[in-house]
Amino acid sequence: MMETEANPPEYAVNPCKVCAPLGASLAFKGVAGAVPLLHGSQGCATYIRRYLISHFREPVDIASSSFDEMAAVFGGRESLTRALDNVATSYRPELIGVATTCLSETIGDDVKDILRTYQPDAGRDCVRVHVSTPSYSGTHLDGFYATVLALVQALAEGGPALDLVNLFPGIVCPEDLRWLVRTAKGFGLESCLLPDYSDTLDGGQWTEYCRLPPGGTPLARIRESGRARASVELGWSQAGRETAGRFLNRDFGIHCESMGFPIGIEATDAFLAALSRISGRPVPQELEAERARLLDAYADAHKILAGQRAVVFGDEDTAIALALFLAEIGVAPVLVASGGTGALAATAVAAYPQLKGFDVTFLPDTDFGRLGEAAKKAEPTLLVGHSKGAKLARELDLPLVRLGFPVHDRFGAGRLSSLGYAGSHRLFDDVVNSILADRQAKSSIGYFYF
Amino acid sequence: MLDNAIHDLLDDRKGSVLETALGGAPVALRCETRSAAGSVSQRACVFCGSRVVLYPIADALHLVHGPAGCAAYTWDIRGALSSGPALHRHSFTTDLRETDVIYGGVAKLEKALRELIAQHAPRAAFVYSTCIVGLIGDDVDAVCRRVAADCGIPVIPVDSEGFKGTKKDGYKAACDALGKLIGTSSDPSVPPAPARSVAGINILGEFNLAGEAWMIRDTYARMGVPVVATLTGDARVDTVRLAHTARFNVVQCSGSMLGLAAMMETNYGQPYRRVSYFGLEDMAQALYDVADLFADEDPGMAARAEALVAAEMARVLPLLAPFRKDLEGARAAIYVGGAFKAHSLIKALRHLGMRTVLVGSQTGNKEDYERLQQLSDPGTIIMDDANPVELSRFVLEKKADLLIGGVKERPIAYKLGLAFCDHNHERKIPLAGFEGMVNFAREVHGSVTSPVWKFSSRRRS
Repeated sequence: MMETEANPPEYAVNPCKVCAPLGASLAFKGVAGAVPLLHGSQGCATYIRRYLISHFREPVDIASSSFDEMAAVFGGRESLTRALDNVATSYRPELIGVATTCLSETIGDDVKDILRTYQPDAGRDCVRVHVSTPSYSGTHLDGFYATVLALVQALAEGGPALDLVNLFPGIVCPEDLRWLVRTAKGFGLESCLLPDYSDTLDGGQWTEYCRLPPGGTPLARIRESGRARASVELGWSQAGRETAGRFLNRDFGIHCESMGFPIGIEATDAFLAALSRISGRPVPQELEAERARLLDAYADAHKILAGQRAVVFGDEDTAIALALFLAEIGVAPVLVASGGTGALAATAVAAYPQLKGFDVTFLPDTDFGRLGEAAKKAEPTLLVGHSKGAKLARELDLPLVRLGFPVHDRFGAGRLSSLGYAGSHRLFDDVVNSILADRQAKSSIGYFYF
Repeated sequence: MLDNAIHDLLDDRKGSVLETALGGAPVALRCETRSAAGSVSQRACVFCGSRVVLYPIADALHLVHGPAGCAAYTWDIRGALSSGPALHRHSFTTDLRETDVIYGGVAKLEKALRELIAQHAPRAAFVYSTCIVGLIGDDVDAVCRRVAADCGIPVIPVDSEGFKGTKKDGYKAACDALGKLIGTSSDPSVPPAPARSVAGINILGEFNLAGEAWMIRDTYARMGVPVVATLTGDARVDTVRLAHTARFNVVQCSGSMLGLAAMMETNYGQPYRRVSYFGLEDMAQALYDVADLFADEDPGMAARAEALVAAEMARVLPLLAPFRKDLEGARAAIYVGGAFKAHSLIKALRHLGMRTVLVGSQTGNKEDYERLQQLSDPGTIIMDDANPVELSRFVLEKKADLLIGGVKERPIAYKLGLAFCDHNHERKIPLAGFEGMVNFAREVHGSVTSPVWKFSSRRRS
């Protein structure tokens, strides 16, 4: 069943998305020595910092050009120039990532020109990358991908081929980012993982304040992306859109493989097969062992899952990957919802044949108001998605398996892994145990064995 | 070292940070200015200021006119509790798209308002303008007037475009919106009640975080003073409308509501006092001040207030003693939204044997910072509109053991191995009043004395 609306809704009640500058900020935070700078009102940077801090529980410094009325009327050139100066002085960054907002986009600031003509103070030069992220277009996910594309467009260079694979994940957790690098290494491949906020947003304690937290994709590595053997892009949401992988394919002739998130057996098999093709090496033994353990777990718990019906929501990449995973383990994904408009659109749904046997309602461009109404009709037994669904879970008195972004009401968002056999195993256990915990809590008997 | 640290400030930030000297007269701190571009200010925007002030009105529709982000970031962001309806805990937005930016958002706004009012039957609606609305020129006022006339409830535009000033200007826009409700009756055929007809008070700038307004109201009730309206903790539209009937106003969180108090004094003749409910002295003073306001009409109130304070002190002080034993000599840094709260915190920390080595705020004014300098020991860092780089540097230079702040300050403390106390919107534990002081002590103690710090690299070095 397909619920797509020709016209966007008139209003939203409890949005199921945030805006593009957040995605841009997150992507820039995954570049070594980078500071994101939002060209707009002070609040954009501060709200986004707060939202990201509540998820990662780490400092997230994002600068702002801090518009005032004069800037809004006469243009933000002076504000942006001042902001670039101050960020360079205070942070000594290797890169400043300038993302626009609804304000700077609407007054028509020519940010490209401002950056081109900008004269840094002596000794304070750095790379400056611009991405256009008007908050009224798309979602945080679109801002995220646009930024990855902008970084590659600005920095990729050609040259002799390297034993390198470009990995362009969607918004996944730091633990999953580490898994991607580790896995590529298992195939003898160095990786250009972009972005890589696995250390910058999930790091250790400091002795002094790290203005530029350790970690992130080195700029040199992004430059080398034009010399990789291949690119692997994860996530279905950008189907049909310009992406970093497609850009590198067109301009640098780099083979690009696009696939969904490797969650579950089939999707992970496909991802590893791609790395195997790219490297010419077989799947490492320890991954085969992880696969065997996951399959064993599927068998052990399958009766717990039989008849379960899940409502799934989140950014489009996560939502569709979760739906496919749940279908694989025998949980019916009865409602798949997102605030985005790409991967759940009628044209895209045909790409997921695994869902054919299920009566799935796809709900793109939704808010939690409409999601809640649809969820009640779908008669689910559990919810799987980010923590903004906690209100709905409470209302429906159902367990919520937390995954994706944001997770504001639990600790350990950085380690809520789901990629690969091991990540899928963690998620699988979480799904099964959430169902058991719910049953145990609601049982008048209080079983001690399941 | 410290001279270096102050010297290292961005040029745009010099003058907004100082170190108090021994016996010196207070120095003027640069404040109440726009945040320096690129400085990574901890402040939000005009919209934020309006949203936090009006948000706790639980039976109003709060519609954010703009792209979905502004509403999404503020969805259920404050722990402002309601004893009844909870419409404020939803996030309503016109979710403007590119076509709306081109063709205007008026039609969308009107449709959203009409449908949401029909669905939720709010007692009033607030329409918050975000940055984009100020640019595309939507006539929000006209829509509000039309919908108000048709739906029979006040529909109040809030001029909260993010770029039109600082968070403080947002407070002002919110107070203007409140001003439009106060003194109006829901039934236009009923003549409005006369101003100052009720022998009670309004509490302005108290938002009922973690139920604090309920504790304060209860304490005033024990003194024999009814509270007519709390602005805006656990408020209802109809109680806000009656605020003009109270005899006096007390203003807590003065940064946000002092302007409204002045307006109400002019319009309704209600004298006001600035109070704070944090810490024992200031809480006691807040009770004495109200007794003083009622000195003529209820001369016995002062004695009741004194008895109440004496009883509470006798109850609370022994509870604080064990905490103080462990905290004696520890150093605290304070960075909060309003400077008036910082004054109280310095005093409250002294009760725990702690010394404040750094104190700053997002929105303090000249008088606030002079008073802070007078209250502080020599060598204390005072800062306005600080950023993570400055906060972390001075916290380390001054060897603070504890940072008091909000969500954005928390990871700075934890990264550096410092204890932390959340004294902002998200707190789940009431910190106001006498009982709140005990909670505050417990919170601070639990963090400062945690065994986890023995692993922190800062402590080892």
